[in-house]
Amino acid sequence: MTRIRITVTINGAVVERAVDPRMLLSDFIRHEARLTGTHVGCEHGVCGSCTVQVDGSPVRSCLLFAVQVDGREVRTVEALAAERDGALHPLQEAFHAEQGLQCGFCTPGFLMSVEPVLDRVEEMDDAQIRALISGNLCRCTGYEGIVCAVREAARKMASPSRSRPGGAS
Amino acid sequence: MKPAPFRYEKPRSVEQALALLAAEDEEPKVLAGGQSLVPLMNFRLARPSLLVDINGLAELSYIRREGSRLRIGALTRHAVLEESPLVERHWPLLTEAVRLVGHPQIRNAGTIGGSLAHADPTAELPVALAALDAGFVVRSRSGARELHWSEFFVGQLQTSLQPDELLVETVVPALPAGTGCRFDEFTRRHGDFALGGCAVTVSLDPDGACTRAAIALLGAAPTPIRAARAEAELVGRPVTAESAARSAARAVQDLDPTSDLHASGEYRRDLIESLVARSLLTARGRAREGVPA
Repeated sequence: MTRIRITVTINGAVVERAVDPRMLLSDFIRHEARLTGTHVGCEHGVCGSCTVQVDGSPVRSCLLFAVQVDGREVRTVEALAAERDGALHPLQEAFHAEQGLQCGFCTPGFLMSVEPVLDRVEEMDDAQIRALISGNLCRCTGYEGIVCAVREAARKMASPSRSRPGGAS
Repeated sequence: MKPAPFRYEKPRSVEQALALLAAEDEEPKVLAGGQSLVPLMNFRLARPSLLVDINGLAELSYIRREGSRLRIGALTRHAVLEESPLVERHWPLLTEAVRLVGHPQIRNAGTIGGSLAHADPTAELPVALAALDAGFVVRSRSGARELHWSEFFVGQLQTSLQPDELLVETVVPALPAGTGCRFDEFTRRHGDFALGGCAVTVSLDPDGACTRAAIALLGAAPTPIRAARAEAELVGRPVTAESAARSAARAVQDLDPTSDLHASGEYRRDLIESLVARSLLTARGRAREGVPA
C-alpha cells in the first residue's frame, strides 16, 4: 500500500512521517513519535487507556488512523508536566495525593479525558465525575481514589481563577 | 488487533466521495467517526479495500432548522448534537438519547450519520429517530432520495443504503405543541450497550387527552421498531398508570428479543415493558408541564 506523508503537531512539536494508511494513531504516537506515555490496552475502543486530545477533544487514539490527524494538533500525557517545566499538573498531583492509581497503566487515559473539563467547570459532583470517566477502565483502584482525585483537582483549579478572574493561575 | 491493509482516499467534495464509492473494482467503506468501523477493522471483521474518509467534508457537519423541520448533517458529531440548544429546546428526545451514547470520548469522535449507517439494534439514535418519524437523505452519483426510517433500517447492522450511496442528512419533523418525550434504557454499566430501551412521545390536548403517541423500542428486534397498536390504544383519553401499563404490555406482546450471554429474551421483554410503562408516564408529565425535557 502506498505510504502517505503526514505532518502532525504532537505536544507542540511537528512530527512528519510517511505512514501506511492502516497505522493507528496510538501506534504512530508510540512508535513514530516515540512517546510511550500513551498506553495501548484493548485496541478496540473499550478501555480508554489510549485516550489523547485531538484539537482539544479527548478521543481514543486506537480508533483513529494516523492519516486522519494530518495537519492537526495532538496532545498526550507527556504535555501535562512538560508545559510546567517538569512540575506535575494539579490533576497529576491530585491522583498522587488521593491514591488514584496503583499500577498506573490506565492513568494517562484518565488524565487526558479529565484535563480539558477542569478548565471548563468550577466543581463537579460525583455523578458528573463518574460520567466523565465512564469511558476509562481501571482494574486496580475500584475508582474511589480516582473520583476523589478528580474532585480535588477540580476544586483546587477552580479556586485561584475564581478569586482573580482573568489573573494568572 | 491491527487492521488489514487498505487504500485511503480523502475526498474534498461530496461528488468526489460519491465517485470513489461508485468504483467498480473496489470494496469501499465510508470512514466517518470510525467508532464502530475501526474496532471491526482492528478485529479484521471488516476488511474494506478502500476507505473513503469523509471527515474533510465540512459541508456535511451542521444542525439547522428549516421551516418546522430539523436537519442534521451526517458528519455532525454526537457531542455537537448533545450540546445544541436548538435540539434541546425543540427535540429534547434527541438530547436525552445522545447523552446515553457510549462515553464522552466516543461522542467527541462518533458521527450521527455513522451511527445510523452502522444500524446497531442497540444504538440509541436510530430508536429516538424512529419515535420522531425521521427520514434520511442519501445521495449517489445518480441523484438523491429520502428514505423514511422504516425503509432505511432493514436488519441487524443492515440498511437499504446501496454500496455507491452516501447518507448525507437526517430530517426530523417538528413535534406538536403539548408533547412530552422520554428516552430510557437499561445498561449494566454506564455507557455499555443497552439490554433494552425505548423512546416515547406523548401529545396531549388542553383537556389532557392523548392526541398522539409514539413508542419506539431498543433491543427488541434486529431494527428499531414502533409499537403501532400500543400507540393507537393510548389515543383519545388521558394517559394513566393503568393505560400506560396496558399499552406497555401490548407493545411487547409479540416481541421475541434475542437471548445471549447478557440477557435472556424473556428478561429483555419484561425489561422493555417496564421501561415503556414508566417512560409513558414521564412523557405525560413533561407534556403537562410544557417542559421539553
